[in-house]
Amino acid sequence: MQPSFIKELQNIVSEQYALTDRESLAVYGYDSTPEIESLPGAVLLPGTSEEVARIMRLCHEAGVTVTPRGSGTNLSGGSLSAGGVVVQTSRLNSLLEIDEENLTATMEPGLITSALHREVEARGLFYPPDPGSMNISTMGGNVAENSGGLRGLKYGVTADYVMGLETILADGELLRTGGKVVKDVAGYSLNPLLVSSEGTLGFFTGITVKLIPKPQGKITMLAHFPVLQDAALAVSAIIAAKVIPATLEFLDKVTIKCVEDYAHVGLPLDVDAVLLIEVDGHPVVIAEEAAAVADICKKHRCSFFQTAQTPAEALKLTEARRTALSALARLKPTTILEDATVPRSCIAAMLQVIQTSAKKHNVVIGTFGHAGDGNLHPTCLTDERDKDEIARAHAAFAEIFDAAIAMGGTITGEHGVGLAKKKYLPKLVGESGIKVMRGIKQAFDPMGILNPGKIF
Amino acid sequence: MDYVKLINCMRCGMCLPSCPTYKETFLETASPRGRVALIRKLQEGELDQSERLLEYLSLCLDCQACASACPCGVNAGELVAEFTCERKDGSGLNYMEDLILRKLVPHPDRLETSMMPMRIYQRTGLQKLVRTLGILKMFPKPLERMEALLPPLPSRPLRQEIMEITPAIGIERGTVGFFLGCVMSLIFSDASRATIKLLSSLGYKVITPRNQVCCGAPNMLGGDLDGLKEAARTNIEVFGGYDVDFIVTDCGGCGAELKKYGHHIDGDLSSAFSAKVRDISQVLALHADVLAPLLKPLPLKVTYHDPCHIAHCQGIRKEPRDLLKLVPGLIYKELETADACCGSAGTYNITKPEMSDMILQRKLDTVRASGAEILVTSNPGCLLQLKKGLADHLPDVRIMHLTEILSQSMDS
Repeated sequence: MQPSFIKELQNIVSEQYALTDRESLAVYGYDSTPEIESLPGAVLLPGTSEEVARIMRLCHEAGVTVTPRGSGTNLSGGSLSAGGVVVQTSRLNSLLEIDEENLTATMEPGLITSALHREVEARGLFYPPDPGSMNISTMGGNVAENSGGLRGLKYGVTADYVMGLETILADGELLRTGGKVVKDVAGYSLNPLLVSSEGTLGFFTGITVKLIPKPQGKITMLAHFPVLQDAALAVSAIIAAKVIPATLEFLDKVTIKCVEDYAHVGLPLDVDAVLLIEVDGHPVVIAEEAAAVADICKKHRCSFFQTAQTPAEALKLTEARRTALSALARLKPTTILEDATVPRSCIAAMLQVIQTSAKKHNVVIGTFGHAGDGNLHPTCLTDERDKDEIARAHAAFAEIFDAAIAMGGTITGEHGVGLAKKKYLPKLVGESGIKVMRGIKQAFDPMGILNPGKIF
Repeated sequence: MDYVKLINCMRCGMCLPSCPTYKETFLETASPRGRVALIRKLQEGELDQSERLLEYLSLCLDCQACASACPCGVNAGELVAEFTCERKDGSGLNYMEDLILRKLVPHPDRLETSMMPMRIYQRTGLQKLVRTLGILKMFPKPLERMEALLPPLPSRPLRQEIMEITPAIGIERGTVGFFLGCVMSLIFSDASRATIKLLSSLGYKVITPRNQVCCGAPNMLGGDLDGLKEAARTNIEVFGGYDVDFIVTDCGGCGAELKKYGHHIDGDLSSAFSAKVRDISQVLALHADVLAPLLKPLPLKVTYHDPCHIAHCQGIRKEPRDLLKLVPGLIYKELETADACCGSAGTYNITKPEMSDMILQRKLDTVRASGAEILVTSNPGCLLQLKKGLADHLPDVRIMHLTEILSQSMDS
């Protein structure tokens, strides 16, 4: 990167917030994605949206690429840049407004997801999307990746809550889409297009999300299953019984052991799987739902059924589940995590495929995930120094993706395509899909300066 | 350094919200996973051991909040400390470090004598004069900060005053060795006196060997592993001469270090020593049923700050709170992010004043929000830092060591 260009960047954000030293660049060369690293040319931490617009204009003129980054917890390499400018949103972290009449919250992109949860819940309101990394993930990142989470089954994902966006386009112009209106059919629906655009269409500087009333109560339950398939069948049976739990999470034996090693919440070490189930809503309704869930689990041969007696106990269980991915890394240095997603009726079949592929390619795969919405996280425990094993892991995942597509599922439910799943996308969306996406990219960013090389 | 420890970090970012310096800066270089990555890239030859890299690493408080937060068992704080230690490798001590870590700290007599001028300085009114005239502004900044941090010193260090054997009150239930931390003895002798009183009231004979030496934590901090091992060997030998059930300390920093002797020195003796080490709260909580009837009402609003060396390094969180709740009439208020560092961190508040002040300010904000009138903690570093912080910003809030408030409840 030219010294004169760096000087201009420094003029915008001040020297303190324009990092170009080798050491800083080295640690912005990764996010949470295994195996992928890429050195940026500079890292900027703007303090206002005006500064973002100026950065964008400058880079657009100079033909330098811009990659937005929140806390760097991306799982598909989406926040990495090859020699371009990384713009970190952390300093743009204000919660601007909670509008209790319109039930909306408006914020800057660097706001931490769980900070939003705390603020709205203190007012009796609720913002449901709760990705595993919510204690550090940013709202800008959640919107760009269309993050899901544990409550996706009942409440949907980030896209279901985004009402309005302020986006700085590649040339520095501001685009306003949506707002606080519930109904809006004026022109193309651009919000859903921008949500999950993975930083390739624009840089969000303002986000307005929908809030709902906080559920009055919740019941958290844990069911132990000696046989894996029984747990999977119980999931389908619960949904078929017309009970929609807020959370319906699955953990297999490998995952249970790792989580228990870290969190010490009393998970059973002698069963093949557990289901973590949470129903929420009106106290009378959830009592009925909890009873139905317990009944179904027992019919599916669960060996033990536990209901959390206090909110603290419930929180311990859900927080422990959140650590699953990282806890799996206790066993081996490298964890390759995928998020192939299938129609939820296919969960049992998908689990079978994962087990068969792991066995066939002789790799250890721990599986956990949002069983209720068909979004599983098979995680291969490996060592990046063992090239042969890494190759086998990828071979196993290629089979798993093929199976997911064949079942009418997708290669990624919530982590995004980024760099990691680029090569699988054409298989899923076909040539026409890629062509339409390229056309959209061209319309937003003709020079291709926004997070290039991602998605396709 | 063991390479596997470095590659075990999967960079998930779970550590980021726990790290005090990341919270202040949002910089990856000031985050636990960033520090692990810097050391890793240095080992891989991708980065050189530049001044800047060392400067980035030196911003770590070693509070180990990241270790508590890490589901995959990486301890970034400890890795940075280990790296610093290995880099210096004992021989690299400069004149000042050698003077302090080798010639002063391991010798309690010398350490105590060295504090004499300070005591005279405080007692003769010289301190008042110096402060009024602003003379300290003429000295280097670290000296000015050190002077400001130091509370009034006791007339004599506790080590010189305390009986080597304090008999149990009532029926003797057992014997404990008391490890008297340097700072506790030199500055917070009232708290350690209270500790001994509580132990003897619970029926323990308390042995405080006069020839024990500093735990060695300052050596570890200064990158002097040999000095630490020397201190460890002396203490293991000294306490080995007594038949004790526990080796008790009321200093979080000492406790954390003493519990690691078994890790630093091979052999059964060091492991046996470490296995006996207990924080005072652990021993008191063990006898809560005996302690409770001895406590009298203290109608005070009290909150508790978890010292990093107790919560993160030793995993003790429940006991101090349970003990406070035993005091009749005491209203316990939980502090928000109670286990976040206060910015003291050994000599960090002197070497990195700006960052330390920002971290302290956050802590004081939570203390204010708690509405407590007494802030309780149990580590001398935190006591020094928070005492100064409260005096400057929240003069109505008093700070006490856990054993001081329990002892006060016993007396009231």
